[in-house]
Amino acid sequence: MSGVRVLVGTHKGAFVITSDGKREKWDVSGPFFAGWEIYHVKGSPVDPNRLYASQTSGWFGQIIQRSDDGGKTWHQPGLKPGEPTTTPEGFPMAESNKFVYDTSPGTGKPLTTHQWYDGTQHPWEFKRVWHLEPSLSDADTVYAGVEDAALFRTTDGGKSWHELAGLRGHGTGPKWAPGAGGMGLHTILLDKKNPKRIFVAISSAGAFRTDDGGTSWKAITKGLSSQYIPDPNAEVGHCVHRIAMHPDRPDVLFMQKHWDVLRTDNAGDLWKEVSGNLPTDFGFVIDVHAHEPETIYVVPIKSDSEHYPPDGKLRVYRSKNGGNEWEALTKGLPQSNCYVNILREAMAVDTLDKCGIYFGTTGGQVYCSPDSGDNWIPIVRDLPAVFSVEVQTLA
Amino acid sequence: MIRVALPYHLRNLARINSEVQLDVPGPVTQRSVLNALEAQFPMLAGTIRDHVTQERRPFLRFFACGEDLSLDQPDTPLPEKVASGEEPFLVIGAIAGG
Repeated sequence: MSGVRVLVGTHKGAFVITSDGKREKWDVSGPFFAGWEIYHVKGSPVDPNRLYASQTSGWFGQIIQRSDDGGKTWHQPGLKPGEPTTTPEGFPMAESNKFVYDTSPGTGKPLTTHQWYDGTQHPWEFKRVWHLEPSLSDADTVYAGVEDAALFRTTDGGKSWHELAGLRGHGTGPKWAPGAGGMGLHTILLDKKNPKRIFVAISSAGAFRTDDGGTSWKAITKGLSSQYIPDPNAEVGHCVHRIAMHPDRPDVLFMQKHWDVLRTDNAGDLWKEVSGNLPTDFGFVIDVHAHEPETIYVVPIKSDSEHYPPDGKLRVYRSKNGGNEWEALTKGLPQSNCYVNILREAMAVDTLDKCGIYFGTTGGQVYCSPDSGDNWIPIVRDLPAVFSVEVQTLA
Repeated sequence: MIRVALPYHLRNLARINSEVQLDVPGPVTQRSVLNALEAQFPMLAGTIRDHVTQERRPFLRFFACGEDLSLDQPDTPLPEKVASGEEPFLVIGAIAGG
């Protein structure tokens, strides 16, 4: 019997929510890491029981957690309960929480500063992990997008992390600047047809692509226009909120930018706006139907000054032809007095025959549509503010 | 033995529910106590001091014997009552306010 496992990161802990393939009855477990901010939880496509979580705190910093049993139990990589915590020589083993920027002479030395709010240069300072992207081919390999923006990778199951410094070494690095929410690398898309190709997006630097496994990067921002930066068509400075890809069509990407919904059909070489008839093209989430690569979903938010749905009506918008023509999906969603937000990591899809669409709100609801968006049900109502939603389809 | 009291979330991380007792070789200072703590509980590395700079994290303070020792140099000897185990070394998290 197939089923789904929904991994939810919230302001005050993580939750694992499961159902069978009907997606009618849900079992909620958690909170895990109660009281901590959980920016992201995601499972390995190679081993669905292997989960990784980013646990973070303004007081205590960054913790990486790992589960090898589908979220029933967790440990810090390298520190499994009952196993030695020190090497035979007596040295502490835990390096799993250590994210240190590359300052080596060969690759890291020039990567010293980025632009600060006042226009001066500011040192890169690690704050937290925003996004964890497990490899498509190895359960022990995971990419981490961090604030201040950089890309890290582990190849030992999370025990140690090393920066792919070529990204910060992109010639525009000193021009990158944080937005009000920080300068975080939040989107990491892996190309199953080309293991050397990775896409990333950064708030508020823009979007980048590597075709050589992370050594060198190209800004993929041509076609973006942002009125909030001095040159609206600049190479960097665009506040990209989220990029989505259908795994079978890795050259086609969909973007929810600070304002504007866009698509590219050539792996980011050129973007074109597809906001069409959306009531507002501001928002955070965007995702693609599992079986229909031209069917995409967004949740419009009123504006960058008012982070809630227009008119107090929570509406998902679906386009079945890749943008421009959008329809509102409302059945089962509150259509009055709803003033929640849906954050950038908080939408996901399953891959069952009737594709399920999921999203979480800052009001603590997680909604599921088991029929591609036609009807919605809350699978849980009163969690802490939801930061992230990921879905695993289980055999 | 040196006694160290940790805030709730760090006790959870370390999977303990009471004060920590540490054998600290040599002079008893903030640095030597925290080194011994992280050696016994490696999961706490980076949670009290920054991984790289080894500076105290901004929202934590160090108290002992009714005094705030947060701004002392890390190699300054801790009070004798801490060194003797009579008083604990307290790691305190800032209250969130409200």
